[in-house]
Formats: sequence, structure tokens, C-alpha cells
Amino acid sequence: MIGVFAALVARDLALATRIGGSGALSLVFFLMIVALVPFALGPDLNLLARIGPAILWLAAVLATLIGLDRLFQADAEDGSLDLMGAAPVPLEIVVLAKVTAHWLTTGLPLALAAPLFGLLVALDGAGMGATALTLLAGTPALTFIGAVGAALTASIRRGGLILAVLVLPLMVPTLIFGVSAAQAALGGTVPFATPLSILAGLTLIAAVVGTLAAAAALRWSE
Amino acid sequence: MEARAARGRGRGSPGLRLSVEDLACRRSGRRIFAGLSFALAPGQALAVTGRNGAGKSSLLAILSGRLRPDAGRIRVTDVGEASLPECLHGVGHRDGLKAALTAGENLAFARALLGAPRMEPRAALARLGLDHAHDLPVAYLSAGQRRRVALARLLVCHRPLWLLDEPTAALDAASQALLAGLMEEHRAGGGLVVAATHQALGLADAMTLAIEPPEQSQQSQQSQQSAHAMADAEDWL
Repeated sequence: MIGVFAALVARDLALATRIGGSGALSLVFFLMIVALVPFALGPDLNLLARIGPAILWLAAVLATLIGLDRLFQADAEDGSLDLMGAAPVPLEIVVLAKVTAHWLTTGLPLALAAPLFGLLVALDGAGMGATALTLLAGTPALTFIGAVGAALTASIRRGGLILAVLVLPLMVPTLIFGVSAAQAALGGTVPFATPLSILAGLTLIAAVVGTLAAAAALRWSE
Repeated sequence: MEARAARGRGRGSPGLRLSVEDLACRRSGRRIFAGLSFALAPGQALAVTGRNGAGKSSLLAILSGRLRPDAGRIRVTDVGEASLPECLHGVGHRDGLKAALTAGENLAFARALLGAPRMEPRAALARLGLDHAHDLPVAYLSAGQRRRVALARLLVCHRPLWLLDEPTAALDAASQALLAGLMEEHRAGGGLVVAATHQALGLADAMTLAIEPPEQSQQSQQSQQSAHAMADAEDWL
């Protein structure tokens, strides 16, 4: 089972580096949104620093959607998903492996790039570190929630927009606790650890529920 | 045939037996076929024929577990705890190959994914006359070469049941003969082959199953029955 999981992750990582595409694209999209905000609000550094974590999180949520529609669709189209269905492991393992590889190529780069992009919204050192940490803890939840939508829309042509409409409302709790954890690090009455542990809890719940639901959706779509 | 089957079991290959009773398929509310029955013992092959849209691919999809039958039963015996999808190789129109990966990488992935490894990817490709394609991305290959890479997947892992949907599509005469040889070898080892086809596959003493649309079954019951009756005895070529 571990071997199959590793083979699936390695294949998706190889495909991501070979084709390029969604990983780099979502990072550029993330940069675009973060860079647009100072233009829209004007050069008020205090205001930017105050809403900086919220902007980074909002941009991360939107950037997560890039490439998500192809997560299962590409494999459903060329028959790879049928091949994976014949593997001697449950479909849940396949989903878990594919989502892990997807997060490694999209969510993880976002979290790692967040401190750098924090410069654009005038975050200080502590704010940058806190935002990056919350993104590291929270983006897996976004990917797992998105995977359910990706599985539901795997057989729909041009399902990208439906996918966004389906999954964005479900990402709200993650967004709330991600932003509040990052804000807590910048000051306030709530200790940093409280919203962060709720965020980590959300990620763990999303990992279980998202994997089961996405596998069920893939079975049902046939 | 019995001799062949006994020989297969003697080698210690898993002796998968497949029996299908009264299978019916319904897609989008329309009944595609009904009352299909057949049984396959180790070493036997079944050629599924029928006009376009008769439900050949649907039958293979049901056997591979991707589609739920409307009625009927599929039974597999002598495979231990494995489920039917874990006992079969499917090669169809959607070949499951990633265009960005090389032929060797595609096969190595299938080998790791499906388990029960047999041949090395390079050896399997050489067997199908594609040794030069090992390091070429599948995107660069022609339709026939792609099909042969998909067929090479049959060799990298051992699975007792081969489900082939139009396996000769896009293949030249030499490759078709090669495929016939591979199927013979597989059957000699106790394996089963179910192939949906319009063409002669070169399967010696294979049974045939002609899928008829249900509304016509009244008229053609005669011919269907005779097809069943001669299935065991007749050479299908």
C-alpha cells in the first residue's frame, strides 16, 4: 500500500514538473492578487499592514482553485483513473496520494512564498512568519476541500467555475481561522496558538472527510 | 481445452474462473442488453462480437467494475481474497497512458501500481518491438505504437484476466500476430482473455458471445442459441 501511494505521488510530481502549469501558475496568480491590492487601496502602509494577512489568505484561497479542476479530470479523460481503480488498494489511497502531490506542487509553494509576498503588503517580520505558518497549516485543508469539488466535476467539461462555486463556501471556516491566527500574531487579546490549533484541526478533519467524499464522488460519477 | 486448463493449474498460476449469469445492462434508462451468460475456466478465451453500440464496451466496463449491472451475477472463484478488478488487466480506447511521461515511466508506474510484477518495462517493450521507445515521451508515438505500449502493460504485471476492448485497433498485421501470440501464451499459463472485437484475433478455440439488442432478440433467438451451442466446439477465426 505504501509502495502504491509512493508511486502515485512520484508520478504526479513527475507530471507536474514535466508539464509545468498549475503549480507555477497559481504562484504567479497569488503574486498578482497580492500586488493589485496596494494599487487599489493606495500607499497607506498602516492599513496594508493591518489587512495584510487577510489579503494573503484571500489570495491563497483563490490561487488554490487554479489547476484544481484538472486534479481528477485529466486522469478520468485518458483512462488513468480506470487503471488506478484496478490497483489493489482502496480508491481513498489513490485520492490521498493525488491530493498530497497536488498540495506539494501548489499549496506548499504558496506557503513558502508568503513571507516574500508579505513585503508587498507591508507586513513586519513577525507578521510574515505567522502568515506563512498559518498558510502551511491551512492550505492542506483548502486542497482537500477542493478535491471533493474536483471529484464531483471530474466528468464535466469546463467544470472549473462550478468547482469554484461549490468549494468556496466550504473554505470559509478555514479562511476565518487562518486569518484570525495570523492577526493574533500581530497583536490582540487572543493568543496565537488558539486559532492555529483550530486551523490545524480543520486541516485534519478536511483530510479525512475530503478523502472519503472525493473517493465516493469518483465512484458515483461512473 | 481441459488439458490446457490442467496444465495451467499445474504450473501454480492462479486458476481464476469467471462465470456470468443473466447479466443485463442499462445506460441512461435504455436497456442495452439482457440475459448474457457465459463461463470461463482457466485457459479459455471469449470473443465478444456485435454491431456498433451493441454494448461490447459496456460488458467489459461491467466486468472491470466500472459500471454496475442492471441485473445478473458475476462470480469469480479460486482467486483468494482479491476482488475482480484486482484480477484483471484492461486495455481499451482510453489507454491510461500519460503523454508527458516516457513509455518506460508509464509502464514502471503501472508495475508499481498494479502489483504482482513480472517483466521489466524495457523487456516488455522489447517484446512488443518498441525497445527504442523506452525513453521517448508517449506523446511522440503513433496511435499503433501507443496501443502497443498499452499492451505492454499486460506483460509488466501478472493478472489472470485480460479484458481487451478492440485490441487490434490501429495495429499493423505484424503487431496483430504478436498480440495473438501473447494471448496464446497467457492462456497457456492458465489465464483468461475476454476481447470485444470486430476482427479476427487469431484466438484458437475461443468461444464467441454475440451481443444482440433486446428488441431484436425475439427474431434472433435462434441464431443466438446456436452461437452459444457451438461456442465451445467451434474454432473462431
